[in-house]
Amino acid sequence: MSATADTAQAHPSALQREGHGRARQQRRVVTRAPWILLAPFLALFALTFIFPIIAAVGSSFTKVTRSGLFGETGVHSGFAGFENYARALGDGSFLASIGRVLLFGVVQVPVMIALCTVLALLLESASAKWPGFFRAAYFMPYGVPGVIATILWSFLYVPGLSPLVDAATSVGLTVNFLGPDTVLWSIANIVTWSYTGYNMLIVIAQLKSIPGEIYEAARVDGAGPFRVAWTIQLPLIRPALVLTTVFSIIGTLQLFAEAQVLQTVAPAVDSQYTPNLSAYTTAFAYNDYNVAAAQAVLIALAAFILSFTFLRFTNRKSS
Amino acid sequence: MTATPTLSRPQSVAGEPPVTRRRRPGSTTILVTGLLVVAALYFLVPVYWVVVAATKTSGDLFATNGFLFAPNFVLWDNLANVLSYGDGVFVRWFLNSILYAGVGALAATYFAAAGGYALAKYNFRGNSLIFGLVLGGVLVPGTATALPLFLFFSQLGIANTYWSVLLPSLVSPFGLFLCRVYAQATVDPALLEAARIDGAGELRIFHSVGLRVLTPALVTVFLFQLVGIWNNYFLPLVMLSDSNLFPITVGLNNWLSQADRLPEFYQLTTGGVLLSVIPLAIAMIVLQRFWRGGLTEGAVK
Repeated sequence: MSATADTAQAHPSALQREGHGRARQQRRVVTRAPWILLAPFLALFALTFIFPIIAAVGSSFTKVTRSGLFGETGVHSGFAGFENYARALGDGSFLASIGRVLLFGVVQVPVMIALCTVLALLLESASAKWPGFFRAAYFMPYGVPGVIATILWSFLYVPGLSPLVDAATSVGLTVNFLGPDTVLWSIANIVTWSYTGYNMLIVIAQLKSIPGEIYEAARVDGAGPFRVAWTIQLPLIRPALVLTTVFSIIGTLQLFAEAQVLQTVAPAVDSQYTPNLSAYTTAFAYNDYNVAAAQAVLIALAAFILSFTFLRFTNRKSS
Repeated sequence: MTATPTLSRPQSVAGEPPVTRRRRPGSTTILVTGLLVVAALYFLVPVYWVVVAATKTSGDLFATNGFLFAPNFVLWDNLANVLSYGDGVFVRWFLNSILYAGVGALAATYFAAAGGYALAKYNFRGNSLIFGLVLGGVLVPGTATALPLFLFFSQLGIANTYWSVLLPSLVSPFGLFLCRVYAQATVDPALLEAARIDGAGELRIFHSVGLRVLTPALVTVFLFQLVGIWNNYFLPLVMLSDSNLFPITVGLNNWLSQADRLPEFYQLTTGGVLLSVIPLAIAMIVLQRFWRGGLTEGAVK
């Protein structure tokens, strides 16, 4: 810049032109740069999110008809309107699976959020010993894939293999973790086991961000630990609780691995036990991709509506 | 010269215990610690069971108490079987998982950082539209896209290849969201302006200034994506039919599903689960310290 300042006196107009040119060039670079930076992400996002969603929606409104006795004379696809949706929603098992995960969510999500909050508060309280060890122990299951967590727990559920069932039998109780009424809660246990520690870390991060002066003030006012937890900590960790709840709702609607893996040991889990398992079965066992697409769209819509309703609800309450 | 990131992290994590730790060895400490121990038992018992089970013969597995070691200790034989079965297919699954998760998380983090930085630091048409789309992507269940993606990849002829699992793993909408929020809070516009005056190109500024300032967020995005891909089951299950391409999750379930017909698969599965859980458990215990900041960063601010 200082180098051009000398020439400025000699040829003011020339500099002006040059300066303009450079500014324009700079602006062009600046407008191009964000797109270059965004390009790889956007290309992959389009390929793996936007395109499949459009394709799924399109395919859910399409019907494929085969002409000829065995479909040998040709395959035609045409607009189906809401026919696939009607078939998906007319399928009692699919509806039942939605009802099942809703029941699951209503019970499991609050239990897990309450548990992770209590553990976080206990770990952050002054009375906790060895908080580092406990934090690590609680978080560990998050690193165990859902499938492997289910395999692990299934060993503790299967009669003959499970020391828990053995122990119950020896005191005269008959427990059946895999019966038609209990297996849903056995799955809830696996999910709780997997994600409580992870949610707890999110809550702890938020607890740590509460300024120390607030605690000082509360102590000066003579508030005990329960009061501090109830009137200071819980209201201030609300955002973390909202975040973990929304992610848990989405996760609940996606339940798949746990149910699919338990199928091998629990006859009560059928091939349409959860909505996702239902869509998977429709696609790969019945080869009915159009109805499966309609089911996938319905699951995504349900996840959207539920998370938005929850967010709206919590926002209104806080304001 | 001006490119030195002199910025401090905006993270408000105070890191100090809320109440000064007083020596009060009383009933409260005992009660709290007791509750924490009970919770720890709950989280550790399944892992303990599999450690015990992996040391037993197939007969002892069903005949002896699951929480007690049997006199016949055959852990090393079992593990040798796991590693050698089917020409070492278990090792192959493990390496596949490392490939999917390692490469996927690394690339996804880089792409999310570039995108988030671009959205945070440049004003351009379509900026908020793109951000809105990506935010919607965070809420779309991953399993909802897997089926249509499979149909599409089948048409392209890349279903049942490494690419079919790797390509979807390269995208992290949540990562981009986090990077944008973090970049907005930390990357000082004056710093970028200074670099520009020094004549650095925009891409160079991103790589030399942006990435360095974003590092704490990048660690979080990387870990999040790494665990996400490692734990993913639905996508590889849908995409892959060649067992040589399986990640460890699909592979182990494949073994378990044969166990009701061939009981020796119980031993293979327990041994395999042990071998796959141990490194993960260690990784989680080591990594949890890196974890705590970042995740709420986006949600809280």
